[in-house]
Amino acid sequence: MDAEALRLDGNAAAGLLDQIFASEVTTVRGTCAGCGRTSSIGALLLYGGAMGAVLRCPGCEAVVLRAAAIRGRYLLDLRGAAHLELRDGA
Amino acid sequence: MSFISRGFKGRGRREGAAGRLPPGQYLEHGFPVLSAGPTPHTPLDRWDFTMVGQVDQVRRWTWDEFLALPAETITRDIHCVTKWSKLDSTWTGVSVDTLLDGVETSADYVLAFCDGGYTTNLPLEDVTGGKAWIAYAYEGQPLAPAHGGPARLLVPHLYFWKSAKWVRGLELLAADQPGFWESLGYHNRGDPWREQRYWGDE
Amino acid sequence: MGAVPSRLSWRVATVRAVQPETQRVLSLVLDVPGWDGHQPGQHIDVRLTAADGYQAQRSYSISSAPEDPAITITVERLDDGEVSPYLADVLRPGDGLELRGPIGGWFTWTTQDGGPLLLVAGGSGLAPLMAMLRHRAARRSTVPVRLLYSSRGFDDIIYRAELDRLVSHDPDLAVVHTLTRSQPPGWTGYARRIDGAMLAAVAWAPEARPLAMVCGPTPMVEAVADALVALGHDPGRIRTERFGPTGG
Repeated sequence: MDAEALRLDGNAAAGLLDQIFASEVTTVRGTCAGCGRTSSIGALLLYGGAMGAVLRCPGCEAVVLRAAAIRGRYLLDLRGAAHLELRDGA
Repeated sequence: MSFISRGFKGRGRREGAAGRLPPGQYLEHGFPVLSAGPTPHTPLDRWDFTMVGQVDQVRRWTWDEFLALPAETITRDIHCVTKWSKLDSTWTGVSVDTLLDGVETSADYVLAFCDGGYTTNLPLEDVTGGKAWIAYAYEGQPLAPAHGGPARLLVPHLYFWKSAKWVRGLELLAADQPGFWESLGYHNRGDPWREQRYWGDE
Repeated sequence: MGAVPSRLSWRVATVRAVQPETQRVLSLVLDVPGWDGHQPGQHIDVRLTAADGYQAQRSYSISSAPEDPAITITVERLDDGEVSPYLADVLRPGDGLELRGPIGGWFTWTTQDGGPLLLVAGGSGLAPLMAMLRHRAARRSTVPVRLLYSSRGFDDIIYRAELDRLVSHDPDLAVVHTLTRSQPPGWTGYARRIDGAMLAAVAWAPEARPLAMVCGPTPMVEAVADALVALGHDPGRIRTERFGPTGG
């Protein structure tokens, strides 16, 4: 089975990401540092399974955001995101 | 956290595996797929394996050249950090010792690099001395793309994320450089018998 | 809604009912203390803990409307799964079930989002879309909705009677089934996997700018999303929720 058959939507990582962001996270918009495409977090492509969330750009498949829960600590790597945009009241 | 789910035991678990399951692991009979990205499909005529970094000269093998190298078939238990272990998996591939034969290096570390951008780091001594292979067959069949084919690194004495899928080469390094998961909270070495899962584990 | 949500925390719900829906699918009706409501399309995480501390966790879509007093999740029992056989075979009314949620604001729809609304489901992927249909019915909304629903066989159609009932007195709702593996005698509906031609026949034209919500197994969702884009639909109006095969 190819990994494509296992990938989910970024939306499915909301349980983890909500631990990091106190506000609703899947509607936050992130811009890919690789190709410049802007996507809602919920529309990124999620890989990584039980090890952590690897969220990739639906345009170029570059990693935009990584997150993992490590024994009560939460790690977030945003090197692949040019920026994130959060709005009030979202 | 004290809630117990009435009647829940979890599957498989530890039956019939006395002494072979590292702490915290359960027995898995299937072969779960875990991936940090989409499955690459590099044509074999464009595949190569290279040894780069701190080497006297870059070594490169095409697919055909790689298959012509002396191969070994080995049977080992594998242990995933997500807690499944699989016993007696049989692999065929080329020992990293064979690839390093004649290579002059002062490196103490290697960084495996892969199609799709995945990396994992290891001390050189964890991939030499008959401990690591570049495997291209599993249970006598060509390694399926989902499991890392055409070839993956196999380092069965460490957690399985170290056995990088779709591997394309090793970079020999003087200084250690954390790989994909090692930079996101996972243990730098990952010995399952010492349960080195995460940063901070002894 | 509106207030900043608190951090997700695990809590113990009580199983009120376990209802078989089809041979492979069941609904769990849950009483959740302190539940603040949800939006149609959101999911919950369920966590099982063995006496020795071993844990397994899965996500399940909420299939009930926010207007319902209890929350319902719809679970497909996977024979080689770890969590779904427990939910299907072991769990009984009165048992506790640890969960957190509701989760996810991306794959949601309320009547305020308007339409027309194209829903495309495969198998148990109907669950979050069912929450949208139930919410729309509870609000007596007239937003036009078309549901294209792919099942293996006639007896695998989840919520079949309820869908028939909703359609029977709602001129703004259409439900189109396709049966991919087996069809009953006299079946005149679609009998193949969802493809571009089927979507072209069932969906509104791209000019109508329907909002598309697609939920099902990953390959099906990707095929539908690709076909909708190929038909000229705006990718920004297509939302997807993939169900991975590792669910169990």
